[in-house]
Amino acid sequence: MPTDAVAAHGGHDHHHDHAQEQMANKVFGFWLYLMTDCVLFATAFAGVAVNRHSYAGGPTGKDIFELNGVIIETACLLLSSVTYGFAMLAAHRHNKSQVMLWLGITFLFGLGFIGFEVKEFMHLVADGNGPERSAFLSSFFLLVATHGCHVTAGLLWMATLMFQMGVMKKPLNTVYLSRLTMLSLFWHFLDIVWICVFTVVYLMGVM
Amino acid sequence: MLGRLTWSAIPLNNPIEMGAVGLMGIVVLIVLGFVARYNLWVYLWKEWITTIDHKKIGIMYILMALVMLLRGFADAIMMRTQLAFSHGASHGYLPPEHYDQIFSAHGVIMIFFVAMPFVIGFMNVAVPLQIGARDVAFPFLNSISFWLTFVGMALVNLSLAIGEFGQAGWLAYPPLSELKYSPGSGIDYWIWSLQISGIGTLLTGVNFFVTIIKMRAPGMTFMRMPVFVWTILCTSILIMAAFPVLTATIGMLTLDRYLDFHFFTNDGGGNQMMYVNLIWAWGHPEVYILILPVFGVFSEVVSTYSSKRLFAYTSMVWATVSITVLSFVVWLHHFFTMGSGADVNAFFGISTMIIAIPTGVKIFNWLFTMYGGRVRYEPAMLWTVGFMVTFTIGGMTGVMMAVPGIDFIVHNSLFLIAHFHNVIIGGVVFGCFAGLNYWFPKMFGFRLESKWGTRSFWLWLVGFYVAFVPLYALGFMGATRRMEHYDNPTWVPYMWVALFGALLIFAGIICSILQIVVSIRDRKQLMDVTGDVWGGRTLEWAIPSPPPFYNFATTPTVNDAEPLWDAKQRGTIERQARDHYEDIHMPKNTGAGFIIAIFAGVFGFAMIWYIWWLAILSVVGIILTLIIRTCNDDIDYYVPGEEVARIEKAHFLKVASLETEKQHAD
Amino acid sequence: MKEFFRRAARSKPLLFLPLLLLSGCNWAILDPQGPIGRAEKSLVFTAVILMLIVVVPVIVLTLAFAWHFRASNKKAVYRPDFHHSTTIEIVVWVIPCLIVLALGILTWKTTHALDPYKPLVAQNDEKPIEVDVIALDWKWLFVYPQLHIASVNELAMPVGASVDFRITSGTVMNAFFIPQLGTQIYAMGGMQTEVHLAADHAGTYHGLSANFSGDGFSGMTFNAIAMDQSGFDAWVQKVRGSSQVLDTQSYAQLSKASENVPVTYYGTVNGDIFGEQIASFVGSAPSMKMKSNGDQASAKGTGAMNGMSGM
Repeated sequence: MPTDAVAAHGGHDHHHDHAQEQMANKVFGFWLYLMTDCVLFATAFAGVAVNRHSYAGGPTGKDIFELNGVIIETACLLLSSVTYGFAMLAAHRHNKSQVMLWLGITFLFGLGFIGFEVKEFMHLVADGNGPERSAFLSSFFLLVATHGCHVTAGLLWMATLMFQMGVMKKPLNTVYLSRLTMLSLFWHFLDIVWICVFTVVYLMGVM
Repeated sequence: MLGRLTWSAIPLNNPIEMGAVGLMGIVVLIVLGFVARYNLWVYLWKEWITTIDHKKIGIMYILMALVMLLRGFADAIMMRTQLAFSHGASHGYLPPEHYDQIFSAHGVIMIFFVAMPFVIGFMNVAVPLQIGARDVAFPFLNSISFWLTFVGMALVNLSLAIGEFGQAGWLAYPPLSELKYSPGSGIDYWIWSLQISGIGTLLTGVNFFVTIIKMRAPGMTFMRMPVFVWTILCTSILIMAAFPVLTATIGMLTLDRYLDFHFFTNDGGGNQMMYVNLIWAWGHPEVYILILPVFGVFSEVVSTYSSKRLFAYTSMVWATVSITVLSFVVWLHHFFTMGSGADVNAFFGISTMIIAIPTGVKIFNWLFTMYGGRVRYEPAMLWTVGFMVTFTIGGMTGVMMAVPGIDFIVHNSLFLIAHFHNVIIGGVVFGCFAGLNYWFPKMFGFRLESKWGTRSFWLWLVGFYVAFVPLYALGFMGATRRMEHYDNPTWVPYMWVALFGALLIFAGIICSILQIVVSIRDRKQLMDVTGDVWGGRTLEWAIPSPPPFYNFATTPTVNDAEPLWDAKQRGTIERQARDHYEDIHMPKNTGAGFIIAIFAGVFGFAMIWYIWWLAILSVVGIILTLIIRTCNDDIDYYVPGEEVARIEKAHFLKVASLETEKQHAD
Repeated sequence: MKEFFRRAARSKPLLFLPLLLLSGCNWAILDPQGPIGRAEKSLVFTAVILMLIVVVPVIVLTLAFAWHFRASNKKAVYRPDFHHSTTIEIVVWVIPCLIVLALGILTWKTTHALDPYKPLVAQNDEKPIEVDVIALDWKWLFVYPQLHIASVNELAMPVGASVDFRITSGTVMNAFFIPQLGTQIYAMGGMQTEVHLAADHAGTYHGLSANFSGDGFSGMTFNAIAMDQSGFDAWVQKVRGSSQVLDTQSYAQLSKASENVPVTYYGTVNGDIFGEQIASFVGSAPSMKMKSNGDQASAKGTGAMNGMSGM
């Protein structure tokens, strides 16, 4: 009998290790996906670099970029990364209600970022400076909108997680911790990409 | 309501297209009828459509590749026939707009829906088994990957019946592929089928990289991985680094076409050469994504059938790794004639030649593996020897074209066509047939018989030379690719010889089909009971054929690069089932991957025909399916140890009874 | 200059014999009629011969090993443990390396010598002729800016003169190619590429587009006619005799898609059609005009063909 008990216990541990290992694999796999995303963004950046002077008679970066709005937008995203960090700290303390709170704040900052971006796009299009104006603007819109789509996807994901943990009362277990970790990687990754976008597109554009 | 989709999209007035559509319709109806007749709906759904078992997914990939090989080959025969007739006053039987679709579809189908699924199929079947794993790292993702590829394939074929296919070549260079010059639905079919299947491939790359890095059996260090696994590891890296570039590039073309962006247009500051650079920054690694896995197949095959360890394993690994790295610095050799400076051209020319060094080393290593071996000429080995000779010639013509001064006169000529068919048929196709013959018993539990297999090999081999040596010659005569008519009468005989060669290949394909049919008929005699039908050396041959759904009853421990061979030498092979097995953790089947892919396919179709509401609806469908899937916690289960013991015992009993039978017979 | 090529052609006749047998007038690329084409043809042979050093042994060894070590051959020694040999490894790495080294040096030199942007050194005091080439749907327009004439689907040039082509496209990408004269180069909208070619002998050489451009692509061929100076002058007079004028309007008319277009002459060209064509696409974006290093080369006194003597 004692041997059986040991075996059963060992089996249980084995199960637990297996789940842990699977989650570790998922985070690793997700990180790899982010690296492929990095290549995707690199290609979009290459487009911006190639077309940096292809104005086709249209406006230059200096003419159209309004840094004030962009700086607020940037601040939103940077702050959201910080608040997401707090969410992760809370998650590691297994404090679900705090996780929800910080996720909510992060979500609002993210929404603010998207709001400013949409406003900027609408403004540009209304002035006749949409992507069809020149290759320079095409590349600008592609890069910034690709990033914007990623942020939107992140928001959708965040909302799903909040719904699952808040409304569906899913526990903050290994599965959800790993999902929060992956979204965290994603969110910080988008932050880093945005810093590059801000520097290359906006700052270098107006200089 | 239906965007630009109208009845006129169906080519009712084109007898050739309608014939093809009818033929495909009949095949689909027969298959559906068969399924209905034997009421296989539930079986199909439970065992195949919702499966996340890497072995079954691998089989589906390979099946898809074989079916698409027929479709792509039909295109090839049509092109060869057209060119045999269309000279001088005669304009053949295909008008340009139809011929242009055929060569575009031929390229797309052969690369994306024959070669890719074939090698990805082998990855799926063999990699987890060779590293002693239960499955790939992300089985559900694997199912999504397959079904996305499947949907991409379905879109290409749908273009035959509804609308048209692209007429701008397999890479759809702009500005020809821009809306201004290609206003029809063809390029959009091209865009969405590649975009959807490309995402599937990207996920496959991630999946296999994690699988190989994280899930190897204890003791299998990197330098103990089978060479096939090494090649797949490198292939996964190439996929992860290259496919996002394809996604982004096609995305830019999409924006140009749909939203009037100016990435590659003539006007608005667009730059068509950016497309050409980007597409080849993906395209050249893609060539190695196809060829590296078959290098792995050949490595396995040559050593197994020579009953000998692979010569210079370490050298082989380093050659593979260096090809992987170098494949990213050669893309410009596809367009030396763009007019870049001599320094740039020379750099890319020389870096291309450098790839020939590790490739050459590999060929030497294979031939020294045969040296001192006992070479058994099963079909897989025949394909391998045929490859070694043919690929060497293809490599030589490739290095020729790497010299910019030579490329200037043979670029885009039939010489180029002959060159890349030389390496793709002589390399990838031969490799796929070698792999099919090699792993077929592992997949299905019985061998492919060798008589028809041998016939198929010889017909393909001879057919290849008869079909493509004339093309090499025509290239030197100034014949360019993608023409559907020519005036030079001296080219005619060469075109006829090439057509004859294509017919020989056709006979080879028929033999391959017969090989499979005959093997299914004679499956009892061809049965592989032990699971080690060829005298294998790697782990996949240590388990039954076909393997139980959990692969390995107990995770093997590895002490050598050829674990099974090693165990056989030391007599440590298990000959009977153990008394006790641990529970095995397995993922549950799910239809989510299939449903997501169907939505993706509908999305593609809606985008092609500008049916915006449907496109939005299908995106919502995809997102909802994903969310619902993530809400489901009931995604795995445990196979009880007793159940494992029962299956293993049954297998060993069967082996034992067969051995007794044999002894009695002797 | 000619001397060098004669020498080159004579120096290795035995090696070239098998292919020379084939080189009737149909073997466009192996029957070059200009200095560039000839240099490129000899490059083909040099590269092939260099590679055969390794290709032939590989094929022979493959077949020999495959046959000798067949399982049914009881005389073959079975050496299951022969899977490493430092000597063989060194040989199989070093030999391809050496060949690629040789090929690499050859590539570096010839790529610079054969740079399409590099002007040819005149052979017999012939003045270079400038031709502006515009690829259209689906025909070739040749404008002679110095002579103010133009022709469609027919190109004339004096024998021996360097023809300095400037190439662009009024439509999708094409490639300008006269196989018997050598080097092809892309014609791209909004961009200008260059190539310099010359013909040694009078004759009519087939020209084509070597980059697929749509439905009328197969019919997008032209004749490149090389003639002596008096013949060329006569041709110019014939073209001048045409009443057709190439100006912005007639160019717009010509630009419309048409297939298998017959030869057409324009006796007068008004304005810079070539420049306007590029400008019409470019807007204010910089054209991708590739810098020629020709100045540098001629400063050193080495033309395209001189550079070849390094081979």
